[in-house]
Amino acid sequence: MTVPILAAIDWAQIVQLTVSSAIGVEAMVFAMAAIGLNIHFGYTGLLNFGHVGFMAMGGYGVGIAIVTWQLNPYLAILIGVVFALVLALILGVPTLRLRADYLAIVTIAASEVIRIMARSTTLRGLTRGAEGLNEFAGEYYSLSPFKQNLYEWGPFFFTGNNLFIVIIGWILVILLAVMVWQLMRSPWGRVLKAIREDEDAARALGKNAYWYKMQSLMLGGAIGGMAGMLQVIAKSTVQPDTFVPVITFFIWTVLILGGVGRVWSPIVGSMIFWGLLALMENLLRQFVAEGWIPPSLMDSNQVGIFRFILVGLGLIALMTFRPQGIFGSREEMALDAR
Amino acid sequence: MLVAAFVMSVPFPALGQESDQGVRVRLQYQDAESGENVPAVGVVFSVTQEDGTPVGDGATDDNGEFFLAVESAGRFNLTIDPTTLPAGVTLRDPERATLTVTVDAGRAASALFGLQSGEGGAGADESDTLRRVLQLTTEGIKLGLFLAMGAIGLSLIFGTTGLVNFAHAEMITWGMFIVFLVEGFAEGIGLLPDQKLLTIALGALAALVVGGATGWLMNRFVFAPLRRKGTPLISQMVVTIGFGILARYVILYFFGGSSRFFKSVSGQSAISIGVVDITPSDLIAVILSIVVLVIVGLLLQRTRIGRAMRAVSDNRDLAESSGIDVQRVISQVWSAGGALAALGGLFLAQADQVLWEGGFRVLLLIFAGVTLGGLGTAYGALVGCLLIGLGVQLSTLFIPIELKNVGALLVMAVVLLIRPQGILGRKERIG
Repeated sequence: MTVPILAAIDWAQIVQLTVSSAIGVEAMVFAMAAIGLNIHFGYTGLLNFGHVGFMAMGGYGVGIAIVTWQLNPYLAILIGVVFALVLALILGVPTLRLRADYLAIVTIAASEVIRIMARSTTLRGLTRGAEGLNEFAGEYYSLSPFKQNLYEWGPFFFTGNNLFIVIIGWILVILLAVMVWQLMRSPWGRVLKAIREDEDAARALGKNAYWYKMQSLMLGGAIGGMAGMLQVIAKSTVQPDTFVPVITFFIWTVLILGGVGRVWSPIVGSMIFWGLLALMENLLRQFVAEGWIPPSLMDSNQVGIFRFILVGLGLIALMTFRPQGIFGSREEMALDAR
Repeated sequence: MLVAAFVMSVPFPALGQESDQGVRVRLQYQDAESGENVPAVGVVFSVTQEDGTPVGDGATDDNGEFFLAVESAGRFNLTIDPTTLPAGVTLRDPERATLTVTVDAGRAASALFGLQSGEGGAGADESDTLRRVLQLTTEGIKLGLFLAMGAIGLSLIFGTTGLVNFAHAEMITWGMFIVFLVEGFAEGIGLLPDQKLLTIALGALAALVVGGATGWLMNRFVFAPLRRKGTPLISQMVVTIGFGILARYVILYFFGGSSRFFKSVSGQSAISIGVVDITPSDLIAVILSIVVLVIVGLLLQRTRIGRAMRAVSDNRDLAESSGIDVQRVISQVWSAGGALAALGGLFLAQADQVLWEGGFRVLLLIFAGVTLGGLGTAYGALVGCLLIGLGVQLSTLFIPIELKNVGALLVMAVVLLIRPQGILGRKERIG
């Protein structure tokens, strides 16, 4: 019974879609965002539940600079980073003195405030409300060496623009990962880890824990902002409702899947996360299309939703059975913050 | 097609997209003679985009319903033609003949036009501001009470275990859908069209029982084992997030993304008490929530279980060493929290809508209320939520309605700056 089913599946297509997803724009964006979150939580122990807010600030920084302020696109990237840094400062000043769970609540609230403000009519002149800012990435793509519409390698194909942003993005991700690796081996990084392990002890040694945490928040926030920028440039649109809180939780899942506090875990975690999601989705889609899953149980609409159910289940299972993820060590990272 | 799978589509928000993206109105008025709610038939509406581009128009059907599908999400102006209203019926507020609604992708946006029959007439101009303040105060207290139903459980769970339960939002949503299921069942056995009060009472009872059982089960099979294993609190918090995502999308999976309304209470028109308008079901929900909260207060203050809860919340080690069975108290707190959250879900949904992310939408307000009042204190949660409810509603006097939640969240941030332990929280080191 099962053998004909397995034989009937279009495995070539499944593999192609899974691999495409694992190296695609989303995986790249989430890998970068998770590198930022890893600095916050993995190395400093900051419980940031509003990471999507940094992405929104980065994305809107670029969009507003180009569309609303009509600025040079390279200056726009700088403005995106500045936006994210400003958010880090605004968040950090009141909350970094508070206990971890307060930081969690304030950061998730801040990310929602940003989204609601961005879609409001009050700031319509700046953000264009719910429809968002569109069609601003042309300047960036004019740099692209990939002028063809479509590039094919065997079963894989990319649009030229997509190929460009994916390659640039992954290069940046690797550079950032190397930077984090070097930073965390430096004295500065060791202070961050000391704060994560025992803030009072770090303070007793004369380290200004507050200022170090602020630096960590700003660095990770800026990287989150860059992830947001790449996302909006890839789509050439920035819309408020792409920055919903559940994105933050997805980035957390990516980070925990890879292993908190490890240099390469955001990258591997993101590739596995998006690869698995695509694999599940396309397998289920084929099952549904072939009628092996009765439509009363699952229709094509529900396949997309089912992925999120799996994310929830996966997160619970990870935390219960393997909190250190793929690379982490249980001893070093007991996943507790202060 | 395959290219589209790779070129990033907007990944998340367009979930549960159904064909009901559009603008919806249900128009009813209270018949002056019979006192019953009657649908307003044949009332003409026109819909334009915000910049004035016409989208379409139409009239209400025999049920008083008007629906116009729109192709893209966004903000729309909906204008009623008052001359097409049934004879003797007028707009309660003639200035609000045009309403602006925001249509989210795949969802229907509802607009509410207040109608009145008979001579009635809007109040004089000079008392309008005062009337609005009173009305908004009522709305604020209502919202605050409903939020408090969820917040007390959240706060007590935090107090007794130190856990911030992000899945509390879904316990609220669960309450909404328990009642929705009860209504479907009542309809099936022929109870519903006539026995509305009985149906909703059964629904409330089911919400209490099933919600409480859900809380108990979550503690028994998930969080008690995690505590026994010595899982750090942050990991437990991530588990609650996983649970929240799981439950939210399971509900979306089975019930879809469209908003629903309780058949047993929908379509009521507001009654006037003094100068304040409130629907009968809102009024009952407000009274019930006050009763429930008073009972909870008495239980906490007067009974052994309640005292034990407060003792564990106050100082767990001390409570344990004085012979209190801490695990049992925690189990009771989870059950009570689940029951209250589910009832809160019913109250919130009857005033608004039944939606798969209904609980998640108010979670941040509840967090704000709990933080404002002081994490871990039951009374603080109540006070904090009332302040948040009032803040949300009254802030619309000064800021646009779409930003009302922002105000509440900013208030929370400011309070944390000045008084990190919250209004009723005890001062201790929290940094």
